[in-house]
Order: sequence, then structure tokens, then C-alpha cells
Amino acid sequence: MKNTIAERIYDFLKNFPPFDVLEKDQLFKIASNVKVTYVEKDNFVFKQEDNPHEYFYVVKDGAIGLYRNMDNEQILVDICDEGDIFGLRPLIQNDLYLMSAKASEESVLYAVSVEILKEIIETNHKVKKFLIASFSSNIKTPYAKGTNGQLFANIEMLQTSNSSFTEIQSAEFSKNPVTTLKTSTIKEAAKIMSEKRVGSILIVENKNPIGIITDKDLRSKIATGLVSIDESVTAIMSSPVKTFKQKITVAEAQIAMIKNKITHLCITKDGTNKTELIGVLSEHDIVVLHGNNPSLLIKKVSRAKDVNSLKYIREKASNLLQGYMEQNIPITFISKIISEINEAITIKAIELSLEEMDKQPPVKFGWLALGSQGRKEQLLMTDQDNALVFEDVSPEKYQPTKQYFLQLAKKVTEKLNDVGFEYCPADMMASNPKWCLSLSEWKNQFDSWIKTPTEDAMMMCTIFFDFDLVFGDKKLVNEMSDSIFKSIESFEIFLNFLGRNALRNPPPIGFFRQFLVENNGEHKDQFDIKSRALMPLVDAARLLILSHHIKDKNNTISRFKKLAKAEPKNEDLYLSCVDSFKILLQFRTQQGLTNNDSGRYVDLNKLSKSEKLSLKGCFKPIKDVQDLLNIRYNLAQMM
Amino acid sequence: MIRFFKKKRYPEFWSTHIEKVQNSQKYANFEDIRFVALDTETTGFDYENDRILCIGAVAIKNNKILVSDSFEIYIKQAIFNKETVKIHGIRKDGNEIKLSEEEAIIKFIDYLDDAVIVAHHTAFDVTMINQALNRLNVGPLESKLLDTNYIHKKIAKTDTYKKIFSLEELCEIYNVKMHDRHTALGDALITAYLFLKQTAKYKKNNPLNLFDLINTNYHLLK
Repeated sequence: MKNTIAERIYDFLKNFPPFDVLEKDQLFKIASNVKVTYVEKDNFVFKQEDNPHEYFYVVKDGAIGLYRNMDNEQILVDICDEGDIFGLRPLIQNDLYLMSAKASEESVLYAVSVEILKEIIETNHKVKKFLIASFSSNIKTPYAKGTNGQLFANIEMLQTSNSSFTEIQSAEFSKNPVTTLKTSTIKEAAKIMSEKRVGSILIVENKNPIGIITDKDLRSKIATGLVSIDESVTAIMSSPVKTFKQKITVAEAQIAMIKNKITHLCITKDGTNKTELIGVLSEHDIVVLHGNNPSLLIKKVSRAKDVNSLKYIREKASNLLQGYMEQNIPITFISKIISEINEAITIKAIELSLEEMDKQPPVKFGWLALGSQGRKEQLLMTDQDNALVFEDVSPEKYQPTKQYFLQLAKKVTEKLNDVGFEYCPADMMASNPKWCLSLSEWKNQFDSWIKTPTEDAMMMCTIFFDFDLVFGDKKLVNEMSDSIFKSIESFEIFLNFLGRNALRNPPPIGFFRQFLVENNGEHKDQFDIKSRALMPLVDAARLLILSHHIKDKNNTISRFKKLAKAEPKNEDLYLSCVDSFKILLQFRTQQGLTNNDSGRYVDLNKLSKSEKLSLKGCFKPIKDVQDLLNIRYNLAQMM
Repeated sequence: MIRFFKKKRYPEFWSTHIEKVQNSQKYANFEDIRFVALDTETTGFDYENDRILCIGAVAIKNNKILVSDSFEIYIKQAIFNKETVKIHGIRKDGNEIKLSEEEAIIKFIDYLDDAVIVAHHTAFDVTMINQALNRLNVGPLESKLLDTNYIHKKIAKTDTYKKIFSLEELCEIYNVKMHDRHTALGDALITAYLFLKQTAKYKKNNPLNLFDLINTNYHLLK
């Protein structure tokens, strides 16, 4: 029989993951069995700790807030909007609801039978992957919240990168785990743990694992006096243990840990707890596994003999980045690792170029990274921004010296370009005679930018003030910084100009709370996340840190953290800027990875409502810090 | 005796209908009641001369619209009115699978089971169905009836005694999106949405039970 309603539901669902990857007949079956329900504003669909319903929900109209109770407070964790699904995990895992779902506005929901979905999971590999991705990306990192909507990007990544990153490699576990017998006392076990410097000990019987004690058990059960230290280990051990086969992959291990809320997995001979224990896989091991790869890459960089191997390493780093993003590893950690790899590559490119030169450098010099590279905020492959400073020489030696360094710089930039860091279109590179200068030339240059603050000069300041020494002589760079502060001190109004520059991009939210998008050009109607959201924060941090005369803080996040300490009364604001910046940077990186571009322009139509909401959440601190600059530097008068 | 005789003469589908409605145990508990939101498309508004072209219906139980429990059937009719084709889009020889009126009505009565009918301007749809039943020498429908128009009048705070609300007006008031208007199942779904929202509102100020709801039908008293 014809069913117009089911057809409409089909048409709606097919736009949203994971329904978009279903076969036509599978989705139609789901659509024809939907139950439509209506929830009034402020009414609950379910409450935390409730038994799971037979169905999960898809928001058709309206919005559902997901809340977690913590210390008698309801904390809004996420908002589900049109097309978002919620209440699925407890059904699959046979668990109670971990959150409450309350209608933020009156809502119409499609209730989808979990039985039908389970049938489909068995046969549809893509749906299975989607679910794994959405479960594992809810890892409890502080910024997971900001990227919940990113689940939708995840599935594409899983599809495109089948075997390149670590999650699907077998997890490396610790062999020869530390064990004790069930006849030992807690005290004995704790002694063994501290001798062997491990965070967990397994209780074995005939070599089979029967229980585990972790640091946490000692903290929560012994240190609190709940159990006496002289009692048997069986009094506090967690038992039975979760056991797995040797072949467990990183992703599986992560999911198992999340699912069972545990931090250690036992590896046994055949994967059951009835056979010999052969190893333990801890959460820590997984972190180390991921941490291992970058250090390996950096080692490889230092051993590289030519540009091609550098290029190969940089590509590997991109894969690594992708894997990190997917697992919601904190962005500060990611950017640190990626910057280190980029820096190692640049250093190697300089070393290789130096070998090619006929003679040693005539004087000391420093190679500077500028802009986002200088701030260590560059995650994706963007173009190069660099400069070179060399020691002052006598006038007659100036030309040959400059020629030498220009030639060197040309070689370095060529190599970087080959590796994948494209030439800077504005030619802000050390190979440009304008940016390959002696120390006193640089001092004069900064001084003239500061004292004649034209718009161009301001632009230059924003790029060149965020310099970072990559290779060469630290002293030269310190002298450059000192001269900048000296010039600013003698011309304080410069900061006001810099402030005006920092406000050239207004807060990115329009009057009706809509996003401000580009009005014209190639990126019409797209949201420029770089200049509208990231740069205002970068500019504000730079200005404020300069006003405090703080050197050596080139990174926006560390700048705001430093500022939070320097101005306790604005601590909250600066820390919220840190959070916003992290989320935005992560977002841009994700966008760039998904679309294989710089991630700068965001097509709002492609974002889920929750992604939009999390972006909007980042804009408040931008507005607040701009307000602060406005008042502090009296900018209203200057505008 | 005459009654007994008469009853004997009923075709099976009809005696089953009467029996089911009369013996239903569900009406006392609101969560157990199966409601059927209903709409018909017809050749016109004349009870005597116009005919049903399509019946669409979807069930509601315990505050949920059950998509799997829906009904959509097209009927072959000799009578044709090209004026109303503009509204419902059902052509005389369109490509829908059409049943005879008898087959369609029997299927519908079977689908209806002991459900409570909810419609907008219920009197119209029910009368059209009763006319069709009459042509089969049975009827009228035994089912309990509700009308979204009258439920609204009960909820509305202002004096709306004389006002008749159109489906569009109610959609506006209750913020129901209008899709597939003027297809029988589309309008049935809209009516179902209205009913869900109305009962949610209604129970804020009144205990929700079927008999009070039925009493909202000033003109539909049965």
C-alpha cells in the first residue's frame, strides 16, 4: 500500500547521518516504522538514569537539550536540532540513560525502533562505522563538547582513510604485567606497585586474571579509610576483569574503555578470563602510542637526506593530525606536536641548504618563522611566512653578506615549497631582499612601523611581531624583541593604533544573531573563520601582551593564559578566550581536513545546528575582549 | 424478532465492527486508546451526489503517531467533478491503484477496528463514509468521534462559540507545519499533529479522559 507519510519521513531522514548511508529499502523500512511524538517545551523525553526506551530519537522540528546532573546542577551538554539523533547509545549498550533530554522548545520527534537499526547494523558496514565513530569521539576530553557536531565529519574520514592511521593498528600493550596472588594483602600489593612504578596490579589465580587494583582504588578505598590496608587484595579489587584478544585495535580498546568505564584492559591468550594473562593495555599506553609516532617522525626528520623524504614525513604528519582530530585529542597538544614537526622540517631544510652553499655563513644569523608559524598555531599546510636576520657588518661587507643569505634563503624556501609549504603569495619570505636584513636594519624597520602607524605598517606589525626563532642565533632575536619594546615605550599611542587594527573585524554575530558572512567575491555567503573569529583573538592577545611588556610569549593560547595571571580581574574573560580559540582552531583544522583546503572559509549550509551553536558560543568572548580593548584604548574616539 | 433478523442480515465486516466498538475495553484508559486521525478527499460537498475518492488515516496511541499503522486507499468512482481535481489532484484515470467503493470501505472498517475517530470537521468525513455504508445497506459508523475544531474551542480562552476554525487556522495557532495538504493521508497526519498538541494543552487544565473529550462535541453528540 502507498504510504505518503512514510515517504515524507524517508525524504527527511535521508539528509542526515547515519541514515544517508543506508540502502533505500533499509531506510524505507525505518521510515515506515517511525513513531512520531510531540514534546512540549520544558518537558522531558527521558531523564538521566531512566531505563532506555525501545527507540532512539531524531529531531524533526524544535530543539532538545541534553543535560547531565552534576552536583545537583543540570549542565547543558548539547543541543540537538533538526536531524540530530539522541538517546541511541544506552540502547545499543543496554545501559541507563546517561543524560536527560528536555525540550528547549516544543519539538516533534521521530522515534526509531532500535531493533530495526540493530538488524541494519549487522549488514551495513558504514552505519556500524558511524556509530563507532560517534561513540568513540565522545571521549571525555575537555573540548569534546565543542566538537560534538563533528561526528558527521568523522564518517567521511573513516571512509577515506582505511588503513593509514593508528586506530586500526593493533594496540601495543605492556607485556609481563605486574601481578600478585589473591592471598596477598593490599599493603603487599601497593608495595609491589610502587617498586615497579606501575599504576595497576593484576590479581591472578593459576595465571588467569581474576581482578585488578589501580591507583584509583588505593586512593578511593584505602586512603579514605574505607578498607584497611591489611585486608586481602580481594576486598578492593575490581572483578571480574574485562579481557580481550591480543589483536585488539586502538579504536576497539578505546571503545571498550569508554563502554565499560574502565582504564585497563587485560589481554589473555584466547581473549577470555579463563586463560593465561599475557598483558595489560592501559589508557596511558594508548596515549603513549599516539605520542610515540610524532617523536618517531621527528627522529626521521633529523635523519632525512633529501627533500623527498621530508615531503614524505610531512604527509605522514598530516595523517597523524587527522587521526588526532578524530579522537578529540586536545588541540594544544596537537598543535604542539605538529609545530614541532614543521619546525624540525624547516631546520632540516636549512641544514641541507647550508651544506649546498660554497662556504660557511660569514656571520651569525637567525631564521624566523612569522605569523601563524611563529605563533605555533599552524596545523594545516599553509604557505610559508619567514624572515632572516644577520649580524651587523661593516658597510663594505654588507652587500656580499646579504647576497650570501639571500642565496641561502632562496634554497631554503625552494625546499620548503617542495615539501608542501607553498611560497607566500605576498612574498613575505626570507628570500625577499626586504625581509633579509641585518639586525640594525630590522630595528629601524620596526621603529618606523611603530612611529608611522599607517594601515600597511600595522599589517606588517601583526605579521612580524609574532616571530619565532627556528634556527640560528638566539641573541639576535632577543635584541630584536628588546628594540620593539623600546620603540613602543617611546611611542605609547602605537598600542592604540594596534588596538584599532585589532577591532577591524567586528564580532562575527550580526544583529539578529546570524553569522556575518562574506558579501562578495569568491567566498560569497561563506563564513571567514580566520579573519572573523581567529584573527580578532590573535590580535587582541598580541596587543595586550605587548602592553604588559611580556617577551617570549608568541602563542595566542599561552598569551591569554599569561594575561589571565597578569590581570586577575579579567581572568575569566581571558580563559574563555583560550577556550574559544582552541575550539575555533580545532574547528578550522577539521574543516581544512574535511575539505582538503586551508579551512578558512566555512560553508554554513554544510554545518549542523549544533556545530553552528558551538561556533556561536565562541563568539561571545571575542565580543567581550573587543569591548575591553575598546574601553582600554579609547578606541571609540579613534574610529 | 425483527432486530434479531436484521442483525442476521449484516455482512460479517459490519457485525464485527459493531461488536468491536461495543465490547472495547480500552476506552477507560487514555494510554490504551487507539485513535485514528482521518481525512477523505471527495468529488464535492453534496452528501447525496458526491463520492469519496480517497481515505487517508493514521493511528495515534499513547501520544505517538504510528506511521506503520496508517491507511491510504483510492476509490474508483463513476461520479467525477473536474472542479475539485484542482484541490485534491486525483484524476479520474490517474495512476493510483483504485479499489471499488465496497472493497475500500470494507478495508477501512477493518482497519478502523475499535479506534476513536479524530478528524477536522468530522461530521463531513463521517457522513460521507456513512453514505457509502448506506449504499452497502449498513451503517452508520458506531465509532466514537472527536473533532479537532471542537477540542480547540474547549481549550481556547476566548469566546469562540460561533467561530468555525479551518485546518489552516488551527495549524497557525498550534504551529503545525503544513505538508501534503489536500492529500487524504497528508491532512490526516496534520490532524494527528493537531490532536497531539491539543491533548498536551488540554491536560494542563483538565484531566485527560475520553468521555470529557467527547463532550467537547457540541454538534457531534452521539
